Amino acid sequence: MSKYESVVGMECHAELLTESKMFCGCANDFGGASNTRTCPVCLGLPGSLPVPNRTAVELVVKASLALNCEISRDCLFARKNYFYPDLPKGYQISQYENPIGQNGWLDITIDDGSTKRIHIRRVHLEEDTGKLVHAGGNESEIDYNRSGVPLMEIVTEFPPDITSPAEAKAYIEKLRAILVYLGVSDGKMEEGHLRAEPNVSVRLEGADVYGTKTELKNLNSFRAVERGIAYELDRQADMLDHGIVVRQETMGWNDASGKTYHMRFKEEEQEYRYFPEPDLIPLHFDDADIERWRSELPELPDAKRERFIAEYDLRPYDAEVLTGSRAVADYFEAASKSGADAKAVANYVTGDLMRLVNASGGDITDVKIAPDQLGALLKLRDSGKITNTIAKSVLEEMFATGKDAQQIIDARGISVVSDEGALTTEIDKVLSANTDVVAKIKAGNDKSIGFLVGQVMKATKGQARPDLVNKLLKERIGS
Amino acid sequence: MGADRLQLYELSAREAHEKLVAGDVSARELTDAVLGRIDSVEERVKAFVTVLPEGARRKADAVDARIAAGEKLRPGEGVPLALKDNLCTDGVETTCSSKILKGFIPPYNATVVEKLSAAGTPFVGKVNLDEFAMGSSTENSAFFVTHNPWDLSRVPGGSSGGSTASVAAGEAFWALGSDTGGSIRQPASFCGVVGLKPTYGRVSRYGLVAFASSLDQIGPITKTVYDNALLLSLISGHDALDSTSVKTEVPDYTKACVANVKGLRLGVPAEYFAKGVSDEVAASVRKAAEKLQELGAIVEECSLPVTEYALATYYIIAPAEASSNLARYDGVRFGHRTERASTPLELFKRTREEGFGPEVKQRIMIGTYALSAGYYDAFYLKAQKVRTLIKQDFDNAFSRFDALITPTAPTPAFKIGEKTDDPLEMKLSDILTIPINMAGLPAISLPCGFSSEGLPIGLQLIGPAFSEETLLRVAYTYEQASEWHGRRAAL
Ligand SMILES: [Zn+2]
Repeated sequence: MSKYESVVGMECHAELLTESKMFCGCANDFGGASNTRTCPVCLGLPGSLPVPNRTAVELVVKASLALNCEISRDCLFARKNYFYPDLPKGYQISQYENPIGQNGWLDITIDDGSTKRIHIRRVHLEEDTGKLVHAGGNESEIDYNRSGVPLMEIVTEFPPDITSPAEAKAYIEKLRAILVYLGVSDGKMEEGHLRAEPNVSVRLEGADVYGTKTELKNLNSFRAVERGIAYELDRQADMLDHGIVVRQETMGWNDASGKTYHMRFKEEEQEYRYFPEPDLIPLHFDDADIERWRSELPELPDAKRERFIAEYDLRPYDAEVLTGSRAVADYFEAASKSGADAKAVANYVTGDLMRLVNASGGDITDVKIAPDQLGALLKLRDSGKITNTIAKSVLEEMFATGKDAQQIIDARGISVVSDEGALTTEIDKVLSANTDVVAKIKAGNDKSIGFLVGQVMKATKGQARPDLVNKLLKERIGS
Repeated sequence: MGADRLQLYELSAREAHEKLVAGDVSARELTDAVLGRIDSVEERVKAFVTVLPEGARRKADAVDARIAAGEKLRPGEGVPLALKDNLCTDGVETTCSSKILKGFIPPYNATVVEKLSAAGTPFVGKVNLDEFAMGSSTENSAFFVTHNPWDLSRVPGGSSGGSTASVAAGEAFWALGSDTGGSIRQPASFCGVVGLKPTYGRVSRYGLVAFASSLDQIGPITKTVYDNALLLSLISGHDALDSTSVKTEVPDYTKACVANVKGLRLGVPAEYFAKGVSDEVAASVRKAAEKLQELGAIVEECSLPVTEYALATYYIIAPAEASSNLARYDGVRFGHRTERASTPLELFKRTREEGFGPEVKQRIMIGTYALSAGYYDAFYLKAQKVRTLIKQDFDNAFSRFDALITPTAPTPAFKIGEKTDDPLEMKLSDILTIPINMAGLPAISLPCGFSSEGLPIGLQLIGPAFSEETLLRVAYTYEQASEWHGRRAAL
């Protein structure tokens, strides 16, 4: 791979969180029986006309502002003409000239901790198509429930800034975070509500022309974005190594096999015959509209990360992880506000709690532990009432049951053994059972004391204060 | 009253409504009068794609029930009307006179249909047009040609030829048409009736099957200017379902029917009397201009130099929009579907090949070409620039004049078949009406004489945007001072 440079452009689609569809009053919803959310407009019946959904427009303007775009003062809708059975009008209402947002950027954090700016060429609004369902045999059915649902398209600038699979993953993670922060999209990649379609090419290092690109589809997670691009870059490099010409094609990603597969060749540039949509008048925004929307933007991931570092004295890495999701960031902040030490909360949220969440297959919004319950647990620990080991085990039970920490501690009869007399008995037992270790320590091997501490902790079922055990052990071995 | 007493179907809508209000006739009798007239002349006129006797009678009976209950009749209520068959009607087949829409029954009403229905209008039927409103004679209808009631060997004009012929023949008191490049005004002039193309955005297009979205407007076709003003009042207004409809207040247009043009400035643009306009037509229109001058208007010659580019520009923009608007006829959801397809692509190709007529296919091809990469700038974009110039041309004229007076069509009605082999000749019959659509302006056509062969001649009044009241006032003044509107075609 090393003699090749990778070039990755990203085209992403997000389904907008609006009540109704883009150009009619039908509900924007998922599931349900086929063709139950349709009307003359989204079925493209003769004589029907589109009326733009102002909320969808507002969401895309806000997303464009959050992505540092220039906002077109007069936006045009355009018709993208092509024939496909799931496309009811024979054209898709989209944007071509004067999209809502242009020339924006977002910053990603790369491996060495530095930031890299990814430029965004355009952000525009369009309508989704219906869905072709093969009904078996020669029959196909079309479900128009999703026809006319508002979609936002975000396209990175050319030449692309992204040069590795990891950067592509960081880009889509950051994009998703921003869209979810804004309430523009639910960001669910696994359900296709946020779709990433990278186009990928390689070229010899230093070459002045770009290689032929392939487009990737069916990437249903951040990890799939990274793996799919990596696979495709390797595949192309391997082809070039063997003198095989890369053709413009659309590749699908098979997550199970970890490979891409051929979907179709795209050598002929499809002719869409874009022209301004005559059924819609241009959308005009004045400065006051735009400033009002800008003022309504919530705190975005980058700003929140910087504030967390400054306000809670967090490590940049922790702040980055916490602010990657608005829900996680909110959870952290609420738990910290309950009086627990913010760094301790950050450690627990990014560590043990996220591990439990990931293992359960849910996300932070499903967690039964309220933020202030986590705060209460950490306060018990930090006041010395329970040890860290106990706290972690209590957390697991809280995660499973949603009970308060105190309730669990009382039920288990856990208390910290800080009575030196009681501890001395246990320590003496451990010392007499491990005379060889004691000998080593006496000979100067201080590290072995950790083993003895562990044995005492085990004997006291984790209820002893490790610092106290350490102190007592040293006293007795030394005496 | 004697033997010269007018038949009911010969009345204007206003007269019919007055008789209804006075209790001289019932709404049922008015509806039966036009249905009876359809029975006796339709075989010769062939205006109707669908006659709706049951629906019309049901509506008329409802009006009679309101009268019986002592309720006050609303303007125009109970007076039967014909709908151009490109207006969607809930539960009633809407064909656009095309095979591809045969069997299409919309589940909704066009906004204008909804408004008139709410105003108590019986719909006597759906009338013929050139397929998808593309044509100037109804000869492009996939079903049959409509005949001009003044001379059955001649075309009624088009595309709203079914609307104008039905009104001229007494098969309806009034009708709705649509006008993309003259489709209301040219047939109105051919059939000796009054036709108005409103300002773009004045009337909702929701439910009008689109031909060229930026040019299409629905408008009234009537026997008199007053009827026209009334029908315009009934159908105008902003519609939340049509983003291009305008929020401008709707006046009571009948109040504009005042016989007074004193001090109004009327321009007579030289380009509208150029080569191709018959001497008889030019003379009739000039005579009408003189008449208006006698009545107190200030009439002056003027010039609209960009006019000559309007036709060529129109034949880029209208087909471009049409090529996209007509993409939805793919056999998937409604209308005709081929039986010879095994793949989606075959389904599209064969359905469209079987369903569209030659004129429609030609315009789809022209439009597709004009929008294609590499041609877009040279054709579509350039045409849009010329369109801006046409608007400016009119703006300049309207800085000096309140309205312009021109012929509506270069000639009276031509013979059926006369121009079918010469598409350019056919298209030239719209040369005087197309610039108005390109500029989005209102214009009205009304009778201003008859040719030596006894065929109606129409004059066109053009005004700035939302000047319908001025146009109606000038038209009404002229109509009251002339006798043309009193004549009826002998069938
Ligand atoms: Zn809908």
